[in-house]
Parts: sequence; C-alpha cells; structure tokens
Amino acid sequence: MVTTRKKFISADPKKCVGCQICEYVCALEKDKVFNPLKSRIRTVRLYPKNLALACRLCEDAPCGTACPRKAVEQAPETGVILIDDEKCDGCGWCIEACEFGAITLHPESKVVVCCDLCDGEPVCVEWCPEEALELTTTDVLAQKARISATKKLFQATVETKS
Amino acid sequence: MNGYSGQTLIVNLTKKTIETKPTDMELAKKYIGGIGLAMRLVYDYIEAGVDPLSPNNPLILATGPVGGTMWPTAGNGHVFAAKSPLTNTIGESKAHGFFGAELKRAGYDVVIILGKSDKPVYLWIDDDSVQLMDATFLWGKTPLETEERIKKELGDSNIRVASIGPAGEKLVRIAAIINEISRACGRCGMGTVMGSKNMKAIAVRGSGDVTIADVEGFLDFCKVFYERAKGPKTRKYRTLGTAENILTHNKIGSLPTRNFTNATFEGAEKVSGEYISERFVDNIVACGGCPMRCEHVAVVSDGAYKGSIARMEYESVWAFGPNCGIDNIEGVIKAIELCNVYGMDTISCGVIVGFAMDCFENKILTKKDTDGIELKFGNTEAMIKIIKMMGERTGLGDILAEGVKRAAEKIGKGSDKLANHIKGLEMTGYDVRGLKTAALGYAVSFRGADHNRHGAYGFDVGGQVNRFIVEKGRGVLVKKREDFYTIIDSFILCKFSRGLYQNDHEDAAKLYRILTGFDMTTEDMRKAGERISNYARIFNIREGFTRKDDTVPIKSMTTPVPEDCVAKGAVVKQKEIDFLLDEYYEIRGWTKEGVPTIEKLKELDMEEFIKVVKPKIAATPTGGSKRKSGR
Repeated sequence: MVTTRKKFISADPKKCVGCQICEYVCALEKDKVFNPLKSRIRTVRLYPKNLALACRLCEDAPCGTACPRKAVEQAPETGVILIDDEKCDGCGWCIEACEFGAITLHPESKVVVCCDLCDGEPVCVEWCPEEALELTTTDVLAQKARISATKKLFQATVETKS
Repeated sequence: MNGYSGQTLIVNLTKKTIETKPTDMELAKKYIGGIGLAMRLVYDYIEAGVDPLSPNNPLILATGPVGGTMWPTAGNGHVFAAKSPLTNTIGESKAHGFFGAELKRAGYDVVIILGKSDKPVYLWIDDDSVQLMDATFLWGKTPLETEERIKKELGDSNIRVASIGPAGEKLVRIAAIINEISRACGRCGMGTVMGSKNMKAIAVRGSGDVTIADVEGFLDFCKVFYERAKGPKTRKYRTLGTAENILTHNKIGSLPTRNFTNATFEGAEKVSGEYISERFVDNIVACGGCPMRCEHVAVVSDGAYKGSIARMEYESVWAFGPNCGIDNIEGVIKAIELCNVYGMDTISCGVIVGFAMDCFENKILTKKDTDGIELKFGNTEAMIKIIKMMGERTGLGDILAEGVKRAAEKIGKGSDKLANHIKGLEMTGYDVRGLKTAALGYAVSFRGADHNRHGAYGFDVGGQVNRFIVEKGRGVLVKKREDFYTIIDSFILCKFSRGLYQNDHEDAAKLYRILTGFDMTTEDMRKAGERISNYARIFNIREGFTRKDDTVPIKSMTTPVPEDCVAKGAVVKQKEIDFLLDEYYEIRGWTKEGVPTIEKLKELDMEEFIKVVKPKIAATPTGGSKRKSGR
C-alpha cells in the first residue's frame, strides 16, 4: 500500500502554458546555470497545447530494469530514481525505456539525470506561475478525477432538467 | 562574460564568409543591446542614401543582456534592425517567443548579415558551428512549413527558426520575420530586407549556459517582479489580452474605424476581447520564461473560415476589424492567419486593405482595378482576397504590396489623402484626433507611425491629461517615455511588462548591474535611453529627414471625427503639431528644426556624430524658422 502514495510531480495540461520557468529554476537549482537543457523537468509545446513532464516514479521503473550497469535504481521508500554517476556511462537504454522522456542525458557530464524531487520541496512547483505543477500521488489524482467526473454528471443532470 | 555572451557573428552572403569577433563592449555598454546596439551597428555598415533592398543594407540580429535568463517576460526576445524599405529611416522590429534565448545560448549577442546570396540560403547556427545551407527546397514555403522542414532536415524538433514567408521572397515591403508560428518581427519590413538577400531563415540551436554576475541577487529581484507580474499592472494581458482595448477605445472615441474616418465602430462588440475570449480562445500560452503568459490563441471551429488559428492582439484585430469596417471576427482571425502564412505585418496589411477600401468607396479604385472585387468596407471576403493578392503580388495586390505610401503615389488621384502612414510606415490602432499626446509621440517616432516607441496614448486614455488639447508639458511626457522604451527594447524586455518597472531607469540600472556586474547608475541608464533615441534621430537626419516629416497622417488633419460621440469634431491641426514639436525639440536639446545640438551630443558621449549634425545646424544659422503658434 505504501507504494501507491509515492509523491511525484504532475502537470495539469489545462493549466500549463509552456513557459519553461520550471526548466529554468530546475537547472538553476541543480547546476547553478540558466540552461533549460540541464533541467530535470522538460516542457513540450504542441501549439497551442503545452505540458511539462517529469519522472512519474513508475512501479518497477523500466529505466532501472533497462540499465545494464545497475546505475539507475529506485529508492524503495520514496520511489525516486537514483543515478550512480560512477556507474552510468551514458549508454541511453534508460532513456529509451522511459515512456515520458523524463530521464535525459546531461549535455556536459554525459551521465543521465532525473527528477529527484529536491528532497521533497521541488523548486519547479514553488515557482510555477500557473500553479500547474504539484507534488502529488496517484491516489490524490484519482480522487480529483472522481470528484470532477461526479460534478460533471450532476451538472449535466441539472442542465437536462432546466 | 556575464550578461553578454561576448561574441558577434558576421555573415557575408556575397562572399560566403562566416567569422566571429568579440562583441564591441564599449558600444554594448553605451547602447545596452537589443534595438539600441543593433540600430547603432547598422550605422557602421551602411552609407547614407543606400537603397534598403540593395545588398549594401546590413540586416542585424541581436539579443540583449537579459537574454537566456528567466527574467519575467524577457530573456526570450530578439530584434532585427536595418534601414527600412518602407520608410528609409532606421528600422527595427522585435519579437518574443523562444528564438532569442536559443541564440543567446548558442553564444551570440549579435549576428550581422551582409551582402546578398546568389541563391536561396538559410543560416544554420549550431553553437560554434555556423553554416549557410541551401534553401531552394524552402522557397515559396510559409514560415510554419519552413520551420517544420528545417527541423526535419536537421533532425531536431527543438531547433528554433525565424523565417520569411512568400511575401518576403517577393519583396512585399511589409514582410515580417516570423518565429514559432505567430511571433513576428513585423514592423518596418525587416522580412523584406531578409528576402532581398535571398535569405529564407535563420535556424538556431544553442546548448551553452547563460551566465550572469549575481545569481542570488537576480533571484531575489526576480521574485519581486514575479509578484508585481501577478498584480493589476498586467491584469489586461493575463485576462482578455490586448483585445480588451477594442471596447476601451470605442467608448472614448479613439478606435480608428473605416480607414480612420470614424472613431467609433458600431460592430465593436462583435470583435471585442470579451467576445473573442468567450467564443474563440482555445488556449492561452506563454513565451519562454514568462509568468504573465498573454498569447490568446483563437480557433475558428466552423463556417467558411473553419480551422483558422491565430494569436489575438488588439492591433491585429483592430487592423482587419474596425479599420476595415468588419465585424465578422471569424474573417478577422482568417486574415491574421493569412499574414502569418505569407509572412506579413498584420498592422500594415490591415491599414493597406482599409486604404484600398476607402479608395474604392471614393471611386478612386473601381472594379476594373480590383479584378471585379467589390472592395467595400465591411466586405470580409473581399478583404481575404486582397490579402492573398498582396502576399502573392498579383493584380492590385502588386501595387498595395509596396506599402500604403508608395501605393498611393502609384494610384494617384488624391489617394495620398487616404493613406494613413507617417514617414511611410502604416498607422497603428490609435485615433490621434482625440489623443493629442499620442499625436506627438507618433509624429516624432523614429521608425514612423508607431505606438510602441512612446506609449504616449497612456496619458490620454488614462485621463492624466486633457486629451483633446495641446499644452505645455506633453513634450516632457513623450520624451521620458521614449527614453525608457528604448531601454525596454534594448534589454530586451516585453512592453507588456512595462508597468512592473515602478522606478523606470532605476529598476533597469539595478537589473543591468545584476546581469553584467558592470557599473551602471540610474543616471547612466537614463543617458543610455536618451542616447539611443538621439542616435536613431541622427540616422534619420543623415538620410535627409527634417522637421516636416514629423507629422501625422493627412486624414487625421483634414477629417474631424464625424459621428456623434465624445470625440466628435476632433482633428489635429498643423498649429497644434507645431506647438507640440517646438516644446519637444526644446526639451530634447535639439534645434528648432529637430537636429540634436553639438552640446547634446557631447553630453551623451556621442561625439562621433557631430560631423552629421554640424552641416544641418549650419544650414539654419538662426536656429530654424521662427514658429509662434499656440493651441
């Protein structure tokens, strides 16, 4: 039961405007530079829709399974992907394995990097001007979806009656 | 280096040479970056009197010291500067989006493009690797197609592209350089200059870090501005977007309608920001690093213009809506989309269509001239057809593609009285008959008719002055705004965030110190803003511009607002212009003829331009003709 409460960063596609501020602050936090390429969270813009993507902390994370050198492992408690810079040689199998593009090769160090949730206080969530990002769990997301679906149903009933 | 990348790229298309040299830091400190630095560099590569469409006109692309950072609304912009093929004045146009930040990360403050290629090319900047690529396969393509094909050819969807469309290739004088579908360096025909060089696009990929002097100080200051950005100063941009202005101007009789005949539009409601937001806006998106996000993307979901998609801004909506007497917003969205497809400035394009409609209504143009099109105000279909004809330079479109000033000269028959431009650049959506502070701002703007060089309408619309009269004090207001707007465009910040700079140059100087680590006092920054304004004036003076060019369109001076509204009867009189100019020149430290004095140039450390102004001052030893005029 513990695993379903793992916290990860989720972006609301209805709120995300593709501004890249999450990328800028992430690279600043981790690498102390202005360079979105070094961010652990990345934005995708399919005009006019936008979404920021970061690690989803999958069960039995495929990136970890794919790594031939045991350089990518998942912390059992938090589910965070831990990367051993010594073991990683940048082969990219984990990158291919991730369906979200959430793990990337660092342009300079040539080892992979992934969201580590900033020790539970992610700077991207703090800075997101649209409050599109949140540190959440699949449980909470499911609850929200249920509430929203129920509201829609009642809304529809009201409209049919009137 | 901090704030600047320190590198300038020089591309000679004639000689097919590419070289880099260190950015001239003395010049960078004096002209900041962006439009300041780019416009100043044009001077070093051009002789007076050069045809703007000849290979001898340099096209200069620049970023600014804030580029590549997450400074709110900024960090993502770029500018193009060259001598304008519409006005023969200095031309500059900037855009935001993502292109500018990419160029900064690639490591360049400035890209100087010289000469003319013998075949279509595009410039591919991949960090330190820079090449001229064959663009034959891109010729005739729209900016969006160009962007997609370049990304495909180079195999990276994150590459940023700024390109011209078919209009730029055909030397339509109002051609734009477009990036990220809807972001345009639209004004002054910069796309035409690019087209004249046989250059289709610039593609950039930058992987480098952008470094600044004081990261901690930056973050602290950044947070202050993020908070300000959530406040009332940016509410309009965040909610309805600039299209909110439609009803604002309609209410106070400053919404130019039917080619600046009326100042109110009976169909305003149906092209208003409120109407668009409720029915057409599909999403609001942001430029890189911007917490304000203002891009209201409208989509037409059915009807004749189904599938049209365009960014909604007041100026574009006004130009094709009220200005053409059109209240069919779906047609307006289509018209704006067509400008992005052909690569044309929406403002200039709408003003030219409005002009052609006015000519048709006044029987200066007939169906014979229009290929049978009933080119009346309010005819949406006719507007769409004329835009296409301009983009393709067919029929009447070939004449209109020359810009409204040249088109009127070709058409003759007194049509110049209907051509709304200043110095050759088409007017923008402010009716100066009832906005007299703005009238001064427009008259003296160095790139021709333009609201973005002064924003002086703010004093009129905001009620800080009596907008129907001229009086002492307007010159100071305009000068102050102008000298801060040059700074905004040189950093490069977004104009929509101007309200966040509560302390104008003081905030700007602090930001500059944080970014660069250089000494820069508030007074230095004020001087830099004034220096850029003076430089642009000097460029124009060298090209032969004089006091008589500082004016407003003939129509605003001959047609009082006819309809019953608060602005009824308002008109701009020559003596009012004279009154405003006299005060403005005096405050600027210019002669009565509008020439910067030698003392002023010395004060601004611009001694190198004394040789330009000296003969002009000598020509009028009395200090210009005596003008005694009041209200």
